Amino acid sequence: MKVLVPVKRVVDYNVKVRVKSDQSGVDIANVKMSMNPFDEIAVEEATRLKESGAASEVIAVSCGVAQCQETLRTAMAIGADRGILVQTDAELQPLAVAKLLKEIAQKEQPQLIILGKQAIDDDANQTGQMLAALLGWSQATFASKIEMGDGIARVTREVDGGLETLELKLPAIVTTDLRLNEPRYVTLPNIMKAKKKQLDTFTPEDLGVDVNPRLKTVKVCEPPARSAGIKVPDVAALVDKLKNEAKVI
Amino acid sequence: MTILVIAEHDNVHLKAATLNVAAAAVQIGGEIHVLVAGFNAAGVATEAAKISGVSKVLVADSTALADGLAENVAEQVLALASSYSHILFAATASGKNVSPRVAARLDVAQISEIQAVDSADTFQRPIYAGNAIATVQSTDAIKVITVRTTGFDALAQDGSAVVESIEAVAAVGLSSFIGREVAKSDRPELAGARVVVSGGRGMGSLENFKILDPLADKFGAALGASRAAVDAGYAPNDWQVGQTGKIVAPQLYVAVGISGAIQHLAGMKDSKVIVAVNKDAEAPIFGVSDYGLVADLFTAVPEIVAAL
Repeated sequence: MKVLVPVKRVVDYNVKVRVKSDQSGVDIANVKMSMNPFDEIAVEEATRLKESGAASEVIAVSCGVAQCQETLRTAMAIGADRGILVQTDAELQPLAVAKLLKEIAQKEQPQLIILGKQAIDDDANQTGQMLAALLGWSQATFASKIEMGDGIARVTREVDGGLETLELKLPAIVTTDLRLNEPRYVTLPNIMKAKKKQLDTFTPEDLGVDVNPRLKTVKVCEPPARSAGIKVPDVAALVDKLKNEAKVI
Repeated sequence: MTILVIAEHDNVHLKAATLNVAAAAVQIGGEIHVLVAGFNAAGVATEAAKISGVSKVLVADSTALADGLAENVAEQVLALASSYSHILFAATASGKNVSPRVAARLDVAQISEIQAVDSADTFQRPIYAGNAIATVQSTDAIKVITVRTTGFDALAQDGSAVVESIEAVAAVGLSSFIGREVAKSDRPELAGARVVVSGGRGMGSLENFKILDPLADKFGAALGASRAAVDAGYAPNDWQVGQTGKIVAPQLYVAVGISGAIQHLAGMKDSKVIVAVNKDAEAPIFGVSDYGLVADLFTAVPEIVAAL
């Protein structure tokens, strides 16, 4: 069974981003970029499926600028067998990415596609579901546990108020939640080995996909700042402030 | 312009989130219909019909819709979609699960987690964990949207809409529901609570977390937790407040032993009043708190309980 794992290059989660002064977007020049944390969990899960014998090959795919190669090399250092880059400088929105991934999925015929539940830059939480819809496959989002069976996947999902378990017919789409696993640290020998792994490159034109953005970003601005608070000296002062100043109790 | 709001429910009761989504629909403007897709959910339809400003409630009743499977619910919405200009879901686990599936099949972009309506096609949504607010304009014929419930005040339930049964779609048969594990709680639901008391890694253990119980009892508050506390096993998953957990905006948010990582702040910085109790005077949480108390939580929390 082949497993396909889409990965996204995003601003590192530790970076506090700044909005550009012309309100055209967020300034991502010269900031540290990394693999989206949810995608790391997806690569780890696919690698574990391979190590357990449930999967035969893990293919990482990324869509975006040439530097996404680095993200793919990271995926290969974790355990992906090869990489596919759909290279474009165009702004890619989730629907466009889902369409690109659909074409790759139809070329590669995986039985399982594992994506992160959301990217920490656009916070959209759409691509996995959209890909499932375009392929007409089953989906289990926000997975905290995946068990593979004969022609099926049994997935436990994190939902509001608890957990639920679904059984999906393969081929299927799963998106990862934080608690699915703890991604391994990549080791230097594996980074070296990853450099030798196969990496194929396509363009959206090769795949026949129109990636024009459907949503126009009118502006991006800073969120309203909270007015500076105070530090209270002791508990009595705190309770007094809550009762008499904030009037919330 | 007619707007379809997808009701959030458990087949017994309408979830409060639906009232916030309907409020967003009112701001967009136009006739508002609510879809109740479920099984034996007549009670939900009755509650939905009372939402102020809603003119019609459509009820699709089928075992295929009993457990909210994305494949089936999406088909049900798609069967109606062509009559609507906007289709609104709550940005909850179930709304986020189904909505992009509908959007992709309609070949339209989905607009995620709107927190303000500028006009019928322009919306504001947070990006980068709430560190920036993007204003986006949709040119698609049907706008598929998820609504961040904390961005809109819930509508009253004083209306009387028409309830109409519609034909339910057949099960798609791609997935099946196996079981559910519901976390038990006597406290108010986190997302809708007036007061939230949250603990972080500073709580130290699952046992120590109980120190927050009497405080939450005094306030009638929901309990929350930071991701660090959840990952350490001090609190259950569904207590997590943050970018990757629940987004809350209560009247009062009490952060105990929480440093205030970006990912946590994204989930609570729209609270009206924020109180932080932390022994580290340099903790980032004090940058957003209205009232900060630099103290050891193990002495401060019981003192607060005693003083209330």
